[in-house]
Amino acid sequence: KKKNHHVTRFCCLQSVKGVWPLPQSFTISSERYPLNPQAFYFAYGKQSAAQEGCSVLDEAFKRYFSLIFPDYISGSILQFSEDQPFTVQVSVGLDDCDGYPDENSSEQLYTLCLSTGLETFSQLVYQEDFGSYFVNKTEIEDFPRFQFRGILLDTSRHYLPVRAILKTLDAMAFSKFNVFHWHIVDDPSFPYQSRTFPDLSAKGAFHPMTHIYTQSDVRRVISYARMRGIRVLPEFDSPGHTQSWGKGQSDLLTPCYRGSTPSGTFGPVNPALPSTYKFMATLFKEVSSVFPDSYIHLGGDEVNFSCWKSNPDVRAFMQKMGFGTDFTKLEAYYMENIVNITTALNKTSIVWQDVFDYHERIPKDTVLHIWKGDPASYEAELSRITKAGYRVLLAAPWYINHISYGQDWRNYYTVQPLNFSGTEEQKKLVIGGEVCMWGEYVDATNLTPRLWPRASAAAERLWSDEKQTSNVDKAFPRLQDFRCKLLRRGIQAEPLFVGHCKHEYQGV
Amino acid sequence: MLKFASLLLALSFCQGRQHHNINNDDEVVPVFQASKYSSLWPLPQKVQISEISFKLSGTSFKIVDAKESSAGSSCSILQSAYRRYYEYMFGSAKKQWGGKNRRADLTELHVWITSPDSECDAYPGVTSDESCESFYGGLETFSQLVYEDEYGAKNINSSKISDFPRFAHRGVLLDSSRHFLPIKVILANLETMAMNKINVFHWHIVDDQSFPYLSRTFPQLSQQGAYHPYTHVYTPADVKMVIEFARLRGIRVIPEFDTPGHTQSWGKGQTDLLTPCFSGSKPSGTFGPVNPILNTTYDFMTQFFKEVSTVFPDTYVHLGGDEVDFTCWKSNPDIQKFMEQQQFGEDYSKLESFYIQRLLDIVSTTQKGYLIWQEVFDNGVKLKADTLIHVWKGNQQQYQNEMANVTASGYQTLLSTPWYLNRISYGQDWQGFYKADPQDFKGTDEQKKLVIGGEACLWGEYVDATNLTPRLWPRASAVAERLWSASNVTDIDDAFNRLSLHRCRMVERGIPAEPLFSSYCPHEYKGV
Repeated sequence: KKKNHHVTRFCCLQSVKGVWPLPQSFTISSERYPLNPQAFYFAYGKQSAAQEGCSVLDEAFKRYFSLIFPDYISGSILQFSEDQPFTVQVSVGLDDCDGYPDENSSEQLYTLCLSTGLETFSQLVYQEDFGSYFVNKTEIEDFPRFQFRGILLDTSRHYLPVRAILKTLDAMAFSKFNVFHWHIVDDPSFPYQSRTFPDLSAKGAFHPMTHIYTQSDVRRVISYARMRGIRVLPEFDSPGHTQSWGKGQSDLLTPCYRGSTPSGTFGPVNPALPSTYKFMATLFKEVSSVFPDSYIHLGGDEVNFSCWKSNPDVRAFMQKMGFGTDFTKLEAYYMENIVNITTALNKTSIVWQDVFDYHERIPKDTVLHIWKGDPASYEAELSRITKAGYRVLLAAPWYINHISYGQDWRNYYTVQPLNFSGTEEQKKLVIGGEVCMWGEYVDATNLTPRLWPRASAAAERLWSDEKQTSNVDKAFPRLQDFRCKLLRRGIQAEPLFVGHCKHEYQGV
Repeated sequence: MLKFASLLLALSFCQGRQHHNINNDDEVVPVFQASKYSSLWPLPQKVQISEISFKLSGTSFKIVDAKESSAGSSCSILQSAYRRYYEYMFGSAKKQWGGKNRRADLTELHVWITSPDSECDAYPGVTSDESCESFYGGLETFSQLVYEDEYGAKNINSSKISDFPRFAHRGVLLDSSRHFLPIKVILANLETMAMNKINVFHWHIVDDQSFPYLSRTFPQLSQQGAYHPYTHVYTPADVKMVIEFARLRGIRVIPEFDTPGHTQSWGKGQTDLLTPCFSGSKPSGTFGPVNPILNTTYDFMTQFFKEVSTVFPDTYVHLGGDEVDFTCWKSNPDIQKFMEQQQFGEDYSKLESFYIQRLLDIVSTTQKGYLIWQEVFDNGVKLKADTLIHVWKGNQQQYQNEMANVTASGYQTLLSTPWYLNRISYGQDWQGFYKADPQDFKGTDEQKKLVIGGEACLWGEYVDATNLTPRLWPRASAVAERLWSASNVTDIDDAFNRLSLHRCRMVERGIPAEPLFSSYCPHEYKGV
């Protein structure tokens, strides 16, 4: 019933337990400075290319002021102290304030300034029992281990209100995630309201008015994410996982047959019709203009061939193309066409590993997303794909929708993404990893506590140096402390084990 | 304007319980289809829903006492329940449908309490609760029959329902020691328990990790033993509020003060209460279970349980008695000497029994009955005939044997083993909870009658205010139906269909009950 594990108690936090995720190099001294909210400033350095008016930083200063002084209400605190003003000076080498946090372009502003600068600084500030704030003299050198640190949310199996997505983006920034992979549509529903094909959501969403993302919803998510240095990577998965598409777009899906007559059910996208590719070209043209990221996720996973096999037109097409009875060739043909469409739109494709497994003729800049199997099999896959020269993204060990009793964050923490046989060159092809929260059992009622702080464990693996962060037990108190920080910032992060936070979650 | 008086509260004092065996269907992923019982949960004993529907309007609808009712407007529990259920049914509609001109077919719900001794301000008891059950159950059922049509108007179909619970004890255990649970969270869950016709809140209030109960007699217990002496405690006013909030929803509050194990936090504020452990011939500085050989221990317990018995009005108190670790007792030379004196030999379970027996005598003098975890029975402690044995250990076969043994000895029992809801796994684990049946063991009809119900337990190692509510609901709803509805209500597909709607209803009422599977609710959770 109640196992007697060791009891870890925090006593009266008097200094900082550390930063999460752990910076690359970090020296904290005992010399400390008091911080007075009324004499605390953010400022642009004289040498900084970005100056006042830089939207991303101006917004960030405002946000981080409240995060650093959580109970400060303007004018309500009596001041008796004669503290020297404390100024946090920010210098950016490149004025890229209106840019999108894309792969390389805005490294300085978003990664260095927002994540390593402001977020880390905010975690170093602590409050004593009497309410005063302090920061210790600390030297930090920091950069991320992997440039792609993502979280996947699935808004098709359950609709997630925009508010829940924004909340997740807040929490992502606290853990230094920088990619929101938006698995926006799938079999159960099509909540994306398309400009060119409004019927897709009108007929394919759970509800055409209340359970959709309008264009302005999408813009809001993208701009909210940008302010936090987070890219938004949309996924429009095909040819499988498309049942909901068929409701608003006739002739898109393959009619399945029972014997010689259509059974009334539908299978994957119909790869045999030219109209399919016309539709896809139009849809992806829209998608590539709505989502500014230079990548698009095209899915390509778990295609069931039984419906294609049953359909006489598809079989005739197979014969015409000389595919014989090998339906993986048909699937490869379809994916090749889709990838070409996005390439023509100047976007780089990301596809699930299945596409590599059955097909090698994909453009060399395509990123393969590994999601299957136990460590042995995903390590082998990493090895194979990088050997073929493709870049990869690892998600298999971080299917965080799979829950179990106890401290499963330890499993997410101890993953070794580069532990596979391959050359140094191959290892460089691992661009990062992704935490996936598939939506079968998750909606706005339980998303946040199920995601945090479990995803934070993966965040450290993707950001920090592996040697310095190989001990789970050492990480535990720091993560527990970080979880309390999340609560203090209004993120409903669940507990790791018995214990308490000074400021408990106040919602229900 | 037409007026119909719909009368739902047909009281039933029927004690007959059926004992069908459950067919264990293989687990399947259900596909949602409308059930003929629409969204009723837990399913009432007898339901007939006709095709004839009536319109209800929030502006004209009233819940009133029937003329013949033996309880009236002075009865506070009735009146506050009327208002609550009015808000459940029309809360959201009121804003949208303000017009007075809307035609309504049904304007009054008459509540007729027939029980001659309706004690309005009494605390819900174990035996006097039939009219109470019918009252709350009836209102909840009525509210569940109300549905929104495609124009957003409220409707109810003419229905005939007669209802009573299969088991008298339908509980939920919350653990406020491993993590402190703010009062707000406890109240929200009492609210949800009422929606599921759960009638017992088992408050596992203290344990090893912390002692948040602020005792008037021994304030140092929480002063020293709580996570924080001010922000992480339950004051007497808090406890009173919980009890009153529960009472207004027909829910009993049974407190658990678990001893002699699970008491580390007690020792911080009460010196000499716990056994000092020894390493070799010296005290090691750590402490074990309550020290059973000192008279001061029993003086303390006498005073403490005297307080508990006045603070908590329920006629039962849970005394714990589980998982006593003997290593510390064994290490202590004074205890060894005492064992010799008492001629217990090396059998430390005899020492445990010695302690428990004295504790039970103490609690008996407070006129309370008690529940204890199964170990106390297993260890052969002499128990009063009305002791309730709480079964929590083992696999299915083991707990079924335990139920058989306990009832064969003539004790009443309740089951928790299959309902440890803190143990999570991927997928639809509610189906497993739903299939378990507390009367499913080898025994006579007389033995089966000794099963008074069960409890869903949500132990707190990994649960606090952040995740408690979605982790508990609707998984505990599965247990609620097993304990309320007839034993032959076992159709898992029909249950899925009703439970999906019931969970959306809880969400609409503001409770973040998590989803069963891919789907949506017309009104999604807004509390992000």
